[in-house]
Amino acid sequence: MSVPGEWYLILSALLFTIGAIGLMIRRNVLVMFMCVELMLNAVNLSFVTFARMLNDIGGQVVVFFVLVVAAAEVVVGLGIIVAIYRRRSGATADDLHYLRG
Amino acid sequence: MEALDLTWLIPAFPLVGFLTLLVAGRRLGDPWAGWLATAMCGSAFVATVAMFFALVAVDGHDRHHVTTLFTWIPVGGLHVDFAFLADPLSITMALFVTGIGSLIHLYSIGYMHGDRDFPRFFTYLNLFVFSMLTLVLADNFLLSFLGWEGVGACSYFLISFWFTRNSAAVAGKKAFVTNRVGDFGFMVAMFLIFATVGSLDYATVLGEGVERMTETTATAVALLLFVGACGKSAQLPLYVWLPDAMEGPTPVSALIHAATMVTAGVYLLCRVAPILEHADPMAMTIIASVGALTALFAATVACAQDDIKKVLAYSTVSQLGYMVLAVGTGSFVAAIFHMVTHAFFKALMFLGAGSVIHGLHEEQDMKRMGALAKWMPITWSTFMVGWLAISGVPPFAGFWSKDEILAGAFLDNKLLWLVGLATAFLTAYYMSRQVFLVFYGEERWRSPEHAGEHDKEELTHAEKSVGGHADDHGAGQPHESPWVMTVPLVVLAALSVVGGALNLPFAKSVMFLEHWLEPSFGDALHPHEFEGYTQWFLALAATAAAAGGIFLAYSTWYRRRPEELANLEPEPLKKAWYVDAGYSALMGGPGRWIADKTAYVVDKGVIDGAVNGVATLVRGGGDQLRKVQTGYVRNYAVGIAAGVVVLLAYTLVRTI
Amino acid sequence: MSSLLAASIPDVGVFVVSAVIVLAGALGVIFARNAVHSALCLVATLFGVAVLFVAQEAHFLAAVQVMVYAGAIVVLFLFVIMLLGVDREEDPTLEPLRGQRPLAIGFGLLIALLVLVIGGRANWATGQRAARGAADAPGENVELLGRSLFTDFLLPFEVTAVLLVIAVVGAVVLARRPPRAELIAMREEEERFRAESEAELASSRKASQSDEIEAAGAANREGES
Repeated sequence: MSVPGEWYLILSALLFTIGAIGLMIRRNVLVMFMCVELMLNAVNLSFVTFARMLNDIGGQVVVFFVLVVAAAEVVVGLGIIVAIYRRRSGATADDLHYLRG
Repeated sequence: MEALDLTWLIPAFPLVGFLTLLVAGRRLGDPWAGWLATAMCGSAFVATVAMFFALVAVDGHDRHHVTTLFTWIPVGGLHVDFAFLADPLSITMALFVTGIGSLIHLYSIGYMHGDRDFPRFFTYLNLFVFSMLTLVLADNFLLSFLGWEGVGACSYFLISFWFTRNSAAVAGKKAFVTNRVGDFGFMVAMFLIFATVGSLDYATVLGEGVERMTETTATAVALLLFVGACGKSAQLPLYVWLPDAMEGPTPVSALIHAATMVTAGVYLLCRVAPILEHADPMAMTIIASVGALTALFAATVACAQDDIKKVLAYSTVSQLGYMVLAVGTGSFVAAIFHMVTHAFFKALMFLGAGSVIHGLHEEQDMKRMGALAKWMPITWSTFMVGWLAISGVPPFAGFWSKDEILAGAFLDNKLLWLVGLATAFLTAYYMSRQVFLVFYGEERWRSPEHAGEHDKEELTHAEKSVGGHADDHGAGQPHESPWVMTVPLVVLAALSVVGGALNLPFAKSVMFLEHWLEPSFGDALHPHEFEGYTQWFLALAATAAAAGGIFLAYSTWYRRRPEELANLEPEPLKKAWYVDAGYSALMGGPGRWIADKTAYVVDKGVIDGAVNGVATLVRGGGDQLRKVQTGYVRNYAVGIAAGVVVLLAYTLVRTI
Repeated sequence: MSSLLAASIPDVGVFVVSAVIVLAGALGVIFARNAVHSALCLVATLFGVAVLFVAQEAHFLAAVQVMVYAGAIVVLFLFVIMLLGVDREEDPTLEPLRGQRPLAIGFGLLIALLVLVIGGRANWATGQRAARGAADAPGENVELLGRSLFTDFLLPFEVTAVLLVIAVVGAVVLARRPPRAELIAMREEEERFRAESEAELASSRKASQSDEIEAAGAANREGES
């Protein structure tokens, strides 16, 4: 009998929270991106836990897809960041506020 | 097709006349425009006579023929047809409207000769006759109301005919606005009738509709229609427009403000007699009291007027008061009878006055007339006939109709009868005063002050081109009027003599008018029942009142100079008990204050403020909401987090 | 929650250690001043998660996690950090947006709290069991995963492949260095745009919209009376 699934879920919740707080607090764009990765990992963890608790392979399949899409997202996102940083160096997330109402 | 199906011809003739004159009036000019209009009115009269005979041919209780031209308003529950009703009451009205109308059209050809706007006058006259006929021949309230408004509009047009004169324009407006107040009553009454009965046809409403109405509804309808009648028929307190309406040409005063339009209110009340009977008796008492009071009030004012037309105007108000008194005491036939005879002699006297004015070159002040009997014999003699008729001297027409009203009042309420009797006395007095001032005494129009002054009437005459006057203008002799003006006078005088024969009270068999009108009134008709010699006593009292008034006027005014008698004409009477001044103060003072407040506080402040306020609110809201869009991604992230918290909290609350 | 005694000691130990690594790494990511330090802490977290995957019998995923996430994605991050010199430290005490910190921390903690409370009240896992194939069926984890992937989830699989291609193309386009002339034109345009928008923002802040309307309304009333 291994560790009960609920513990994993609590851990996942905590990890997600930390990622969310980090996203809202940090100004450096790359660190914000990394916090997004944290949140995705938390979700992955919870999916795998559910796969075990519900005895369903579908949970792991979802994680597979999330992994792939996260990778693609990082690629494109970093490309955008590179494109932005070419114009203005030292930009933080706060410098891009031209869509204000 | 029955002959009565051609009832629509009656209003069609003046309508054709109106349209033709509208288009080609200017080209026809003086006098052909006038002859066309008169011909149209005359044709309408002929058509009415034909319809009259057709109606006589029908059996008594079936005298109720509806001719539908087309469906006017078919909306949901409201179905109104453009339809004409030929029944005794409407044909009677149509007869004297078209008859007297034709005579006055003829008269106007002479009177308006030389006026620059000759064709326009006849255009309006024909339109008026059409509207009046629509009013009396309609078979439902709404079509009558159309005619009602039409005559109101024509009255406005014709009163302010010489609109370049400020007083005329103002008088026209006054007439229209005062009428409007009455129209409000008519309209609300129509709404009530439709709401309770579901139809606006006379046949339905006055037949089964009355049974369906509660007494309260009937009372409300009766009083509201009475408000409308007050406006149109110049009762207290809405009579103020009628004296001012004398600004219009004299034929207008004769036709509209003596014979026809002002009787529309009385006609309406007679038409809805079943409703009046069904209402609370207090409504009838109110109607009768207002009528009696108006009669007395106007008679007192007429005693102190100097303008020849103003005397006749107040006299009209007074006689209308008699008719309303008759309606209020349940003597509907008497009201119609007096309406007919009054049309004869009042139109006669107005036309006579017009003849005098014309003959004296637009002089209207009686204090500057006198001894015209020998200068204008035809006018004089016909005017005398009218004078005797209105004073109630037997056997002229006015005596019979007035006596019947007084008899009905006596049966209903002795106090009202006394008021009526007093008014009869005053009527004789002021009419005699007028006759003595105008036709007897010294030739005051010869006095030197007059030759140099220019009356306001003379200014108008100067506006007209001077045509048809052989003598020189201004200081000339008075002259008799041309035949187009005197023929109608003679005809009307003849009618004023024999008109009483319509409804002599001696025996049931000679009460032609009562028999004739019975189908129109149905159960509402209560013939008078007198014991013994009461009737003779009443007749005697009325005659005594008339004689007394004439005698009093004779002893004071005949062969006396008016300056000596100034104290007989106190200021309050001259100024009509300051009613007009009162209204001006009321509307100018508090009325104006209310209007100001309503315009600026309610309309601009509250309503506009509300609308603008909504806009400002929205903009303000938008301004505040805009602040959510800071442009910072991190703020948006916080927003999302907040949303997540809300959702989780909701889930938590739901699962508790 | 099932009884603690039912689990064996080594399992609990593995879990606790991994959990500590995961959480420590996460905290490191958000608190490290240097971006490179954040990246390295992220690696730690990813490893911890991989271990937890293994503990839950998801062997394939653990391997993929290490290879793709820790091996490729974080490396990409580091490339960009180094390339662009974004490792300059940002001042952690300065917070330009008002109320951001307290709100962020507050909401974050609330989320955690609410999730735990909801989960605690209800059953944590309430879904249908073995909807897409049993996880503990006989066969290797890879085999089971592959079977499910190529039968039930074939369409998403293909679509994801297309997505990857698009991502590659997009990345190349985005990171392309434009020719010099275009660079100059872009820079000029950007300067112009920035100047205009700054001016506009300043003027709109000075005379706010409601003031203008007030003035117009007053002019109207004066004209009328």
